This record gives sequence, structure tokens and C-alpha cells, in this order.
Amino acid sequence: MYLYDDFDRTLVAERVADFRDQVARRLSGELTEDEFKPLRLMNGVYLQLHAYMLRTAIPYGTLSSKQLRMLAHVARRYDRGYGHFTTRQNIQYHWIKLEELPDAMADLASVGMHGMQTSGNCVRNITTDQWAGVAPDEIEDPRIWAEVVRQHVTLHPEFSFLPRKFKIAVGTARHDRAALRIHDLALQLHRNGAGETGFEVMVGGGLGRTPFLAKTIKPFLQKRDVLSYVEAVLRTYNQFARRDNIWKARIKILVHDLGAEAFAKEVDAEWQSIKDGALALDPAVVADIAGRFRYPQYQRLDDGPPPLGEARHADRRFDAWMNNSVVNHKMPGYAIVTLSLKPEGGTPGDATAEQMDAVADLADRYSFGEIRVGHEQNLALPHVAQRDLPELWQELHAIGVATPNVGLVSDIIACPGLDYCSLANARSIPIAQEIASRFRNLDLARDLGRLHINISGCINACGHHHVGHIGILGVEKNGEEFYQITLGGKADADAKLGTLIGPAVPYAQVADVVEDIAAAYIELRARPDELFIDTLARAGIEPFRERVYAAR
Amino acid sequence: MTSPLEQKIKITGPVVVTANRVGDGAVVYRRGDGWTTALDDADITTSATEARALITAAIADDLNAVGSYIAPVKLTGAGGVLPGNLRESIRRDGPTIQLPELMSVETVVARRKNQDAHVSL
Repeated sequence: MYLYDDFDRTLVAERVADFRDQVARRLSGELTEDEFKPLRLMNGVYLQLHAYMLRTAIPYGTLSSKQLRMLAHVARRYDRGYGHFTTRQNIQYHWIKLEELPDAMADLASVGMHGMQTSGNCVRNITTDQWAGVAPDEIEDPRIWAEVVRQHVTLHPEFSFLPRKFKIAVGTARHDRAALRIHDLALQLHRNGAGETGFEVMVGGGLGRTPFLAKTIKPFLQKRDVLSYVEAVLRTYNQFARRDNIWKARIKILVHDLGAEAFAKEVDAEWQSIKDGALALDPAVVADIAGRFRYPQYQRLDDGPPPLGEARHADRRFDAWMNNSVVNHKMPGYAIVTLSLKPEGGTPGDATAEQMDAVADLADRYSFGEIRVGHEQNLALPHVAQRDLPELWQELHAIGVATPNVGLVSDIIACPGLDYCSLANARSIPIAQEIASRFRNLDLARDLGRLHINISGCINACGHHHVGHIGILGVEKNGEEFYQITLGGKADADAKLGTLIGPAVPYAQVADVVEDIAAAYIELRARPDELFIDTLARAGIEPFRERVYAAR
Repeated sequence: MTSPLEQKIKITGPVVVTANRVGDGAVVYRRGDGWTTALDDADITTSATEARALITAAIADDLNAVGSYIAPVKLTGAGGVLPGNLRESIRRDGPTIQLPELMSVETVVARRKNQDAHVSL
């Protein structure tokens, strides 16, 4: 966990007081909606179809049990008893009343949480690997660097009115678990041949109606230069991006129009003027931030305690869950446990207040009071002793978060879609539910192996459909819901945008299409362990396209 | 974004003016000088002139409602009023999915049993 200081606490408390005053003035008529809207957006408050929506940041996806209990309290007291974890490591409440928002925010502030910079044209919540600090393949904890940048860009006056929103992600592991290449700016830590560590800087990624993958403009940036370089990127973006057209104002358009090389030159020119100034990072400052991340006092344990093996042998359901939802920890004798928020019949990413409270209790008992939120809309307990796994599984099973479908066809990423969102053209959640229902047989799902389905209810692509192995985009045609299907996208270190396979299909046929694609994969794969995405790369999309459209 | 008042109003059937209530965001419909949460009670028109008058008054009432716009409705033979499209149906009736709060304990247990049934290897 990160220990916030008085500065952070004061900042958040002052923001609550400001917002309370702004809400009072809106309700009295002193502020018009036009005047109030930019103020509420600065605090993550949107207006959706049925109510206001409050988006709360979960910096680098790390939560304490105390914070999760507060999220449960807010769901219960101010909303309808549940919250929705998003693809950007935030939580959204969909039924919040404006009149009660200041009180809800005050409650969140009591545990250091807020909605600042979760909307609006500013630097948004900085995301990272949900296994930060515990993943065996990471070079170091990425949250230190996410926090360094967060502190600099929070309420930064120069970057509070950018041309458009700006999303940053940080990764330090060999495997990209933070979808780096779809961010406006991404930092990936590498170790060079000399053993030094430095950041690859990627810019201009983003989905929406004009999707691009981020391009590398700096292969190896010294750590001392992280802030000055990020500042130079933001200044260059701020100066050159198009403010005249909302659809062309993201940095991805600027980088595409200028070309990555020319953009990098502009950044470099700016950077040269500031790199050795106040933004050059003092190692003592970084060490202070790193020191505020507190790690558990792990016990000295061995991997694979005998009772664990016995439990796996005794109960095949437990064994299946172990194979699917539990991965190695950097400390011997410990494990990282993913909690699936994708039960059959549920809404991807939703958790009830009761589930949140229960997970908080389990985190206290089994994970040193810590919980993580991943961009795949699942939770994780990051520090579980392997010997506790059988008992923990029973507890997780009892609250409905132990479906062993992590990374499988029913672990679907989906935006709220037209059931909640005022921007959406079509529904996402019922599509996800129908697909999950078709593949509820976990033997079949396991046979299909790793298969990522991403669904967005509109071109804004909150469900990241462009980078789903199977991407589904809802569109509206003459008042009816239709869905475009893309194949071959992926959000890992070898990120790729999916290819549209043909005309959109109506709502009622989407799950059939996914079944057809799955059937084609089983027929086409070279061997049982060839992954869907690899079969697709080898065979091309044509046989899948034929399968889908031959019958329609 | 162009204001509804600056847009040419084209009407091909009955319409209402709808918005969200400022205090709690609830869906409301224009009725007389105020608002109602019941679509059945809303002022309905098929005239572009009347629709413009409705939307002008609605937007002027910034203290009570936000985001006013003209939405289509369907009239039933029995004198009832239905939302004119899926979006408006969802705004009136809520999400088309079962919300977590409404999921009974029996449903949760049945679902879990169903999952268990599919874990065979």
C-alpha cells in the first residue's frame, strides 16, 4: 500500500469542500448547467441515461481493505448496492444523486479516495499492472513511477485544460498486463545490456473512432528524466494538437499527422530546454516515494506445500480454479489470486456491496489487507500464502467470485453500453451475458483456451473492442442494434488492432457468430494447444469470415 | 455540440421533450410549466412549432432539468404512450439486464450450482 501524507489528505479534503459549495450553488440556481458541467467533470461526475454517475479513481489499481469497505459503503448508502469496475482501474457508481454527491465524496475522502481527474481534458488516473510489486517477471514496482508522475500531473495548471483527455500507463514487467500500447503515453521499463534500467516511451495510442497503437519515440529514457520527458510530451501535445475538432484533438491524431519521428523531434527540442532543470528527478525524492509503498512482512515459506497438492487431488473443482485463477508470486510460498467478476448471468466488472465487504474481509485474513483491480475488470488478492488457498477458494466460491474463467471466452471485457451510458448506440452487457451463457460449460471454455472477447456499445471503445481477440462493436442502424465483429486484436506487448470481418450482424445473431468463430477455430487449429490468436495469425481471417457469413 | 434550439426540428410523428432532473438525475418529461416522471403524463405534440415551444421552455428551466431534447414516442390504440426507441425505453424502464440488487439469494445459489455442474473435467 502507498501511505498518503498530509498534503494529499488536505488536497482531497479541500476538493470535497469546493465541490460541496459548487453543488449547492448549482441546486440553488446560482450556477447554470453550462457553468457547472466542467466543475462536475473535474470530479468524475457524469450524467448518464438514468442518473448521475460518479467515477472514482483507484490509483494503480491498488486498494486497502479499508478502502474497499468504503467503496461498499458508498454503493450501499448512496447508490443501489453495487459498483462497476472499469477498464481503467476505476469504479463507477451509476445511480448517484447530485444532492448526495458531496457526502459520498467526503466519505471517499476519509480513506484517501476521490474522483479528481477521472474525467475531463486532463491527465486521467494512471494505470499499471494489477500485479505490481508481486509479479515474478517485473524489474521493479511500476507503482513508484506511476506515483511520481501522478504527483506531478495532479492539478497541474498547465495540464488541466488539455485539448482532450490524456491516459498514461506504466509497465515494468516482461509481460504487458496494462495494455500499454493503447494509451496516449506509456512507459515500459527495460534493462539494457549494461544492466541499467530505463523507460521506453510510447505515445499516440488510443482506440475510439480512429484507433492507433502507440509508437515508440524514445527507446531508453533514463529514470531521472521521466518527469521532464513526460512534461515535454504534454507541452508538445498541448501546443500542437487540434482544439478545433473534438474528434481530432487526441494526441494519437497529432502523432499520426506529424509522424512519430517529427513529433519526437518536437518533444526533444522542448525536453532539451527543461531536462536539467527542476524536473530532473532527485534520487532521494524517488526513494521517498518508493519508501511510502509498504510491503507485507512475508513469512519464509516454501512453494507447493503438501496440503495444497492433496487438496488439488481431492477436489477437481479446486484444481480447476488453481489452474485458472492462481499464478506465481515473486515470494516463495505465496500466490496471486484473481477473483473473477464475470459469473454466468452477471454483468462484467460489477460487484455488490456485500461482495466488496466480503472480499475486504478475506483480504484482511489472507492477503495482508490488500486488493487489486485489473483493467480486465476483475479483482485480485496479491499476497496469499499457498497453504491458505483451499480455504480461501471455499470462501471466494461462497460469494460468487471464484468462477474459473479468467482469460477464457466468458471473461469478457464490456463497457456499460446502452443500459446505462448516454453515449452508447447499443447494449453491451446482455451481449456479454448471452455469450457467457453459450460457453458456460467450462470444459468447452477451457478447450478453447485463452480467448479474449471485448465489447463496446459505441465507437468510443470503452470496452477496448479493437484489441479483443474477438472484438464486438455496437452500432445503430435505422433504430436497431447491430454489431460489427473484428478479429485478431490484442493488447499485450505485441499489440495489434483487430480486422473487421464483414457487415454488422443484428443483436440476436451476435452469440451465434461467436459460436461459429469458436467452431471454426477448433476445426482450424493445428493442435489442441494452439491458441485462438495464433491459429488466426496462421490461417488468416478468411476461413473465419467464410464461416460467419456463409450461413447468413 | 449544437444546442437543440439551433437545430432544425424535423418531426415525423408524436414527440415529447425529455431531460434529467437536476437534483437526482431522474428521467423527466415536460408537462405544462413543469416536469413529470411519467411518460403517460407528458405533453405530446406532432407539430414542429409546438415542439420548439416545448424545448425552448424546457431549456430555459435550467434550475430543474438538464440536457433537454426532443424524443419520439408511440401512441397505443388504448390511449397509452410508449417510448419511441430502445434508448428511450431504457431511460423510462431502466437497464434491460437484471441488476445485482434485484438478484435473489435463490438466483445466486442456483447460478452457483449451475457453475458447479460445469466444472467436471
